[in-house]
Amino acid sequence: MNLEKFSYDNRIPKLFAIACIFWGAVGMLLGVVAAFQLAFPALNFAEYLPNFTFGRLRPVHTNAVIFAFVGNGIFTAVYYALPRLLKTPMWSNKLSKIHFWGWQFIILCAAVTLLLGFTTGKEYAELEWPIDILITLIWVVFGINMFGTILTRRERHLYVAIWFFIGSWVTVAMLHIVNSFEFPVSFMKSYSWYAGVQDALVQWWYGHNAVAFFLTTPYLGLMYYFLPKAAGRPIYSYRLSIVHFWSLIFLYIWAGPHHLLYTALPDWAQSLGTAFSIMLILPSWGGMLNGLFTLRGAWDKVREDPVLKFFVVAVTCYGMSTFEGPMLSLKNVNAISHYSDWTVAHVHIGALGWNGFLTFGMMYWLIPKMFNTTLYSKKMASQHFWIGTLGIILYAIPMYWNAFKSYFMMKAFTPEGQLQYTFLDIMQTAKPFYIVRAIGGTIFLIGVFLMVYNLIKTAKKGSFLATEDAEAPALAKEYIAPKTSIWHSFIERKPILLLVLSLIVVGIGGLVELIPTFLVKSNVPTLTSVKPYTPLELQGRDIYIREGCYNCHSQMIRPFRYEVARYGEYSKAGEFVYDHPFQWGSKRTGPDLARIGGKYKNSWHFNHMLDPGSISTGSFMPAYPSLFENEIDRGSTNSKIHAMRKMGVPYPKNYEAIANQELDAQAKTIANDLATDNIKIVSNREIIALIGYLQRVGKDLKSESVNTK
Amino acid sequence: MKFSTYLEKIHGVSIYPIISLILFVSFFVIVTLWIMRLDKKQIEHIENLPLEEPKINQL
Repeated sequence: MNLEKFSYDNRIPKLFAIACIFWGAVGMLLGVVAAFQLAFPALNFAEYLPNFTFGRLRPVHTNAVIFAFVGNGIFTAVYYALPRLLKTPMWSNKLSKIHFWGWQFIILCAAVTLLLGFTTGKEYAELEWPIDILITLIWVVFGINMFGTILTRRERHLYVAIWFFIGSWVTVAMLHIVNSFEFPVSFMKSYSWYAGVQDALVQWWYGHNAVAFFLTTPYLGLMYYFLPKAAGRPIYSYRLSIVHFWSLIFLYIWAGPHHLLYTALPDWAQSLGTAFSIMLILPSWGGMLNGLFTLRGAWDKVREDPVLKFFVVAVTCYGMSTFEGPMLSLKNVNAISHYSDWTVAHVHIGALGWNGFLTFGMMYWLIPKMFNTTLYSKKMASQHFWIGTLGIILYAIPMYWNAFKSYFMMKAFTPEGQLQYTFLDIMQTAKPFYIVRAIGGTIFLIGVFLMVYNLIKTAKKGSFLATEDAEAPALAKEYIAPKTSIWHSFIERKPILLLVLSLIVVGIGGLVELIPTFLVKSNVPTLTSVKPYTPLELQGRDIYIREGCYNCHSQMIRPFRYEVARYGEYSKAGEFVYDHPFQWGSKRTGPDLARIGGKYKNSWHFNHMLDPGSISTGSFMPAYPSLFENEIDRGSTNSKIHAMRKMGVPYPKNYEAIANQELDAQAKTIANDLATDNIKIVSNREIIALIGYLQRVGKDLKSESVNTK
Repeated sequence: MKFSTYLEKIHGVSIYPIISLILFVSFFVIVTLWIMRLDKKQIEHIENLPLEEPKINQL
């Protein structure tokens, strides 16, 4: 057998590792800032830093942690593990570099544009269309490089970690493309192609699977590679890992609707989401046990080795999250958790525990390895472990507590049948919990800084191995599989077939779930009284989206007595047919706004936006002084109306010609009304448009009930 | 351009969840049968792949 010589490159994994840790620290720092902003609204510094209010900062935090921290973590693992598992260098060093620098450029663009208020208003997919295209291109570069490597391999069998990488790559590609269908209005402004219920379903099909195929499956690949490496023994059951892979990717894709329980989404889709979410426990726990059982008989090592400590807690957190997730998708549990801090706690068990600790474990193993040395301080790594664990606990417990407390307060009625607490009462009691949560996050971040110091010292101690030489025989052209496993090895030896099969498996789920809602009119009952937004309201809505109001306010009242009594008539699917994008939201730090229209006077909104605390004592909302100075972007009205009509919103023909006149007229009416309350403001200010929009939200249905009477 | 008007009605939408359940169960059974038929030696080879280390020639 002829042995071929080649070498593994460590430079690219090193770059990705540095980027992962750097962006991780930045993303978590922003999270800590945002957490403190919630407890102390003065920290929004709205007067001086209108770009750093919670509504803009929170998407930067989530995007940074998901796509910058975890994203670079995935790529570190892929660029390190893939060549070694396949006994070949990465296919193209040039593509690796394009991938690395392209991805960092995207992150930078994302951070800048989100702070500037360029957002699509869809959670975890906030980036505007030019960046979406860039992401697609870089993702394709990554895919070509990965498949080039797989096709030029010297090891016939694809280890299960590679399956997870392939499955994740193809699914993320599909999710990103489907959810990012948007109609560009201008450079850096677009509208989601879908509206209302459809938009919500696509968004949460995406949102849920971004968690599944960005935060989970690639990290399972990471676990299946680095856990055996660190433990020095193969995975507990390779057979189980195969079942884990196929059932996980099959089931995950269906579960998205569990984010929309009790909303205006058709009932059958909600039930489908719940059923598949419950089934998800099995493969998830199979995977968790597979990871933990790998350490059977080696628990003494866990006591000594900080890498294994991190891995054990990470895998345990994976188990906890994947048990909690299905529980949260039960309708009765979801009634409590939805819109509450429970969801926030749940994702942070996953993000801090599973993604965070798995990444830290990988770094503590990988950096000494690449620098051909040992870890600078094992003791410090152990301290990091304990600090991190404490941080997670201090983060999660107040959030769970606050969720239940809020729920019981929300649904409390007096014997006379009145709501016992106002929203503000409930909000004020949340403050101590938000403070402890922010402290928990800070502690977790301190642990990260400890790691940064430890790893820098480690790198300085060793000398970087830019390449590692290896040799292996080329693949024999003819291969006869053992008789007993013809079936399996046929698929497992053919990466393209594996790719296509994964796509089919996830595609079926997506299609069955999405197509009926897309194509069927009866799924979205049309209400005759629902009319398109006026030009002023449309502009106001875009301001609402720009400021990220959806981060704290939902626009979806569920059919519960305590919600209807508090907010008004529950929401109907047909109300949202012109909402590109939908703004149902997922968290109620502030009250629901689905029936805000007509609830208060214009002057109330005016004063509230200027200084929320003076109107609602104890409010967590930042002030928006810039809205009183910025002028409405009248120049964009025509293209916005045009784009909306293209997507099926029935504006009359040539409406563009009079759109701005109507905008001015409506703005004048609002300004005049404000003047009656002794408020003087020029009618072309953004606040006027925002008031116009807020006074419209949820009003169409009211006129419908008047008509039918 | 508008997604919601291609079809007016769908008959028996409840069949969709049933289809998905049947799809999954049959898929799961096939995968399980698959792995039960796997060759032991081959598995041993594959599961040890991450543990192989290249000879390090320091440059």
